[in-house]
Amino acid sequence: MAEHTSSTSASLTLDDVARLARLARIDLTDAELDHLAPQLAVIVEAVAAVGEVAADDVPPTAHPLGFRNVTRADVVRPSLAPQEALTGAPAVEQQRFSVPRILEEEA
Amino acid sequence: MTDMWQLSALELDAALQAGEVSSVEATKAALDRIDGVDSALHAFLHVDAEGALDAAADADKRRSTGESTPLLGVPIAVKDVLATRGLPTTCGSRILQDWVPPYDATVVAKLKLAGMPILGKTNMDEFAMGSSTEHSAYGPTRNPWDLDRIPGGSGGGSAAAVAAHEAPLAIGTDTGGSVRQPSAVTGTVGVKPTYGGVSRYGLIALASSLDQAGPVARTVLDAALLHDVIAGHDPMDSTSVDTVWPSMAEAARNGSVGGLRIGVVKQLGGEGYQPGVRARFDDAVKLLVSAGADVVEVSCPHFEYALAAYYLILPSEASSNLAKFDAMRYGLRVLPEGGVNAETVMAATREAGFGDEVKRRIILGTFALSSGYYDAYYGQAQKVRTLICRDFAAAFEDCHVLISPTAPTTAFKFGDKLDDPLAMYLNDIATIPANLAGTPGLSLPSGLADEDSLPAGIQILAPAMQDARLYATAAPLESLLHDHLGGPVLDAVPALGASA
Repeated sequence: MAEHTSSTSASLTLDDVARLARLARIDLTDAELDHLAPQLAVIVEAVAAVGEVAADDVPPTAHPLGFRNVTRADVVRPSLAPQEALTGAPAVEQQRFSVPRILEEEA
Repeated sequence: MTDMWQLSALELDAALQAGEVSSVEATKAALDRIDGVDSALHAFLHVDAEGALDAAADADKRRSTGESTPLLGVPIAVKDVLATRGLPTTCGSRILQDWVPPYDATVVAKLKLAGMPILGKTNMDEFAMGSSTEHSAYGPTRNPWDLDRIPGGSGGGSAAAVAAHEAPLAIGTDTGGSVRQPSAVTGTVGVKPTYGGVSRYGLIALASSLDQAGPVARTVLDAALLHDVIAGHDPMDSTSVDTVWPSMAEAARNGSVGGLRIGVVKQLGGEGYQPGVRARFDDAVKLLVSAGADVVEVSCPHFEYALAAYYLILPSEASSNLAKFDAMRYGLRVLPEGGVNAETVMAATREAGFGDEVKRRIILGTFALSSGYYDAYYGQAQKVRTLICRDFAAAFEDCHVLISPTAPTTAFKFGDKLDDPLAMYLNDIATIPANLAGTPGLSLPSGLADEDSLPAGIQILAPAMQDARLYATAAPLESLLHDHLGGPVLDAVPALGASA
């Protein structure tokens, strides 16, 4: 990632965007990277304006109405039957989601 | 004589109650209208004629047994971001092509309970990211006022469907203006309720702390009637407000602007706003003053930073929410050439399944949340959010409601802003503050801009939980505008050549 010189100025390079895309699990093509990287650099420069206001004494807002810890009663309720839950699955095996290998086979 | 598809929801409801028409007839009329004009508009991604007519027959049965709940049998269109059991739900994305949800969103369940036939699912920018519907993977929706222009976004399909009389009502969702801005540029009425007023269960999340579903209609009272149907506490949504809402329809019917103190937000107008949009807004202010309202200017200085804060908070939440599209349990799965494992499948699927704007925002959110940048970007944006809430609180100490133009311009032409994301983002400059603060907002048509004869919108903002105040202000303003303009703005919408 680009040198973090000050708290509000970061300039996104092509390499930065490639790295972020990898973190976000998007296999960008080189052409897309050339297209998106300069746009993202402009956007990041614009949104850095948030650094111009709001000092340390301003608390952050995550929820506009300030609710906290809403819970429901811990009781068993009806839910989707397995075959319904599997209706959108790309692949199904033995009433389960069939997914690609996560770990490489040991040598 | 007025054709059935031209009736407002209120008129249709009255005709149904009087037994002059059946829901099957009204639903058939809407489906015929869609058949006639949607090839030109592309407001719908999916039309469910069979399901709608079945629901209409049920509604007729309920009427015949003496039931007369509001909007029973009145057909409606639903934005494709809300899960509909047995009906495709794509969010305008390739990654959800052909996905059919096994459950209904709470909003959809409430429509069904109210006996409102669902005509189909409306087009939108992919995952509700955009202001023009040009980011839909299935092609844009056209504005019925000018087929070369955008219908707004992200809910351009819902707004265009209502403006073109394909449906008397529609559901939209508003994360930064996606109900209000399309309404402004299509001459319709659109409402973003208080955050938590309408359940988000089954609303496929863009930014969870900002998203809110709301009504799209041709009149303020129609919107209020629909608002009453969809609002209310839902235990399935932990951010749903646990309260009993007053009737919005009553507020609309009994509203008056006499003695109301109305603030014009200094930061939401002036430079950057199209002259015709400003002129119609100024006319509306004069009408409000002439009707006895006390109109003052208010300053919300931190609104200048709302757009920047929004384009950090939204992408951050979106990058997290859209992580669930991982090719494992539902949606698209692409098997890449070479090594196939979970990670390469995810990356190949997300590359093929997401469009440019979604990729931009996911990458931006990933950046804003990344170590070393979190405090300066996402953390700082959350602080600005606090300052915007404080600006609203101060303004509402002095005023009952605030007003501004809804969008800075009328509908622009396709392609005008497609490759300039920042210019596209500016369309929501006046609507975003309400999402950040969780406060309700309503857009209604203010007239046609002189320079292009396209509709402009005026936005009314109220404090959180005071949604009724939007309707109590908008309904009398709407009738003042009708008197001033000689009728509803939508009367001038082109007929689109179909069954006149």
